[in-house]
Amino acid sequence: MQLFSPELLINALIAGLLLGGFYAAVTLGISISFGILDIVNIAHPGFIILGSYIAYILNAQFGIDPIVAALIALPAFYGLGAAIYQVYYVAFETRGREALSGLAFFFGLLFITEVLLILVFGVDYRYVQASYIDQSINIGFVNLPKRMLIPCMISILMFIVLQLFLSRTFMGRAIMAVAQDQLALRLMAASPTRIKRTAFAISIATASLAGAFLIIIQPVEPSVGREYIGRVFAICVLGGLGSLPGTVIAAMLLGVAESLTATFYGPSWAPAVSFGILLLTLAFRPAGILGR
Amino acid sequence: MRWGAFFLVALAVAALIFGCASAINNDYVFFAGYTVLQFIVLATAWNILGGYTGYVNFGSAAFFAIGAYSTVFFYKFYPMPIPVLILIAAVISGLIGLGMGYLTLRLRGAFFAIATLALAVVLQTLIVNWNYVGGSRGAYIIRPSSVDYIGSYVHYLFLIMLALAVVALTIAYAIEHSALGYGFATIRDDELAAEASGVPTLKLKLIATTLSGALMGMAGAPFPYYIGYLQPSSAFGLEYAVNSIAMPIIGGTVSWAGPLVGAILLGTLQQYVTVTISSSVNVLIVGVLLVAFVVVAPNGIIGLMRSIARRGRRERKPA
Repeated sequence: MQLFSPELLINALIAGLLLGGFYAAVTLGISISFGILDIVNIAHPGFIILGSYIAYILNAQFGIDPIVAALIALPAFYGLGAAIYQVYYVAFETRGREALSGLAFFFGLLFITEVLLILVFGVDYRYVQASYIDQSINIGFVNLPKRMLIPCMISILMFIVLQLFLSRTFMGRAIMAVAQDQLALRLMAASPTRIKRTAFAISIATASLAGAFLIIIQPVEPSVGREYIGRVFAICVLGGLGSLPGTVIAAMLLGVAESLTATFYGPSWAPAVSFGILLLTLAFRPAGILGR
Repeated sequence: MRWGAFFLVALAVAALIFGCASAINNDYVFFAGYTVLQFIVLATAWNILGGYTGYVNFGSAAFFAIGAYSTVFFYKFYPMPIPVLILIAAVISGLIGLGMGYLTLRLRGAFFAIATLALAVVLQTLIVNWNYVGGSRGAYIIRPSSVDYIGSYVHYLFLIMLALAVVALTIAYAIEHSALGYGFATIRDDELAAEASGVPTLKLKLIATTLSGALMGMAGAPFPYYIGYLQPSSAFGLEYAVNSIAMPIIGGTVSWAGPLVGAILLGTLQQYVTVTISSSVNVLIVGVLLVAFVVVAPNGIIGLMRSIARRGRRERKPA
């Protein structure tokens, strides 16, 4: 345990907020698929790692900036998401088998992506190169590493774009409507399947960017994704299902809690924080902070 | 068939298996057989909750590891014979299952699944930080070279796992043919309707979670003696989480025979693949089979066989 000092505390708080910004990017996709569409996509962290590796390949082969690489890969992830939803819809939603088989399906996908990445790239840690990764901004004793700051800022930008999309555009409002009443939507002559496919595709597309952020922040190997399963669902549940602002607030809270735990108790305890938060939320306020 | 009769038949089959394995008298048969039997117990345990009530437990590895680490703890604290350790493991992991279930089963189905996913990560963190049971370095268990009346220690472990498999299958069979089993089935088919017609759903779900967790812990208790050196990464191994879900789903979740068939087929296949190719290909095969089965044949091998039999009957009897 380290000696307590206000500088240490403030730096830990700021590091936690930056980390929380990154967690928001990781969780926004789950917030759409699990929170709004009720599709328990536990394979999401697997797609994030896939995003990291695509950023890694484009960075190592062509020297493209990882975030630009993620934007290039975005349409491919969108297509992948649409294809997965189509299989999910035909195999599970039409048969009313989402609960057991649907969960097992995504569980299988999670391990298939992980093992395929292991077979192709091995279990070595991979990292990307960009000019800003080693730099940091110092304001007094406050230290802002750019490798945390840039993902955090873009992540917040991503949240604003998604929130505007969901609340202002026709498609966005239709997605929110799917969460509330599918039958009513059908009576309005809109196809819930098409709307859900679009929303799920968007949720997978966010994994491309989140993956790039992850590999900017830390070196990545295929099984890293599993550490994020507990975190993303803890954030999603704590924030309140289906609420993107709630997701961002909860992500910041978890980031701060993990950063404080890592600073004052040691980094090896950090993974337990999310689980504690998840259990406490489920026990005392299952609706989450901004839940309906 | 009453469950007593089932138990006697299972016992007779187990005796036959042990006889055959002893006749071959090759230690590899016992080593590989132990793993397959362990998967039979895990798959059957998973199916009591997952298959009968429809609640997915992703934390099989966590419950398995609780059993394994309770053995390590008592090995250091106060050594006891394995059957006693198995009972202790059953109590501990059953209680943890009960607690998890109580917190999450009052909510929608997905929450329980998510909480079990997270449970594995947290318990692993706990064990890695707990030096008494070896921490991240792992713990050595020195196993005696032989046991009275049975001979080699591997034979003894094999026999214990065989007995556990018989117990697990008998419990599954007894549940299926009792009021408890019908209660579970109502939860699986329509929980709201079950609740409305007076089925005590929360109580039944908690019984299933506790039983399932306890059996998984029991499967894990002899593991440190089997492997000799226990590390967190082997106790919380990926293969336990994936297999205990894949085996029942591939075999078929509606009856006790499904996990048995799935575990024997996949377990044997994996013994072969791990020896000849590699263990990551192993997980890949299981993952691909799992996805293929849930998409194409959601009722598993047992379901496929039943529908083939039904079609055959219909053809013989023209309408």
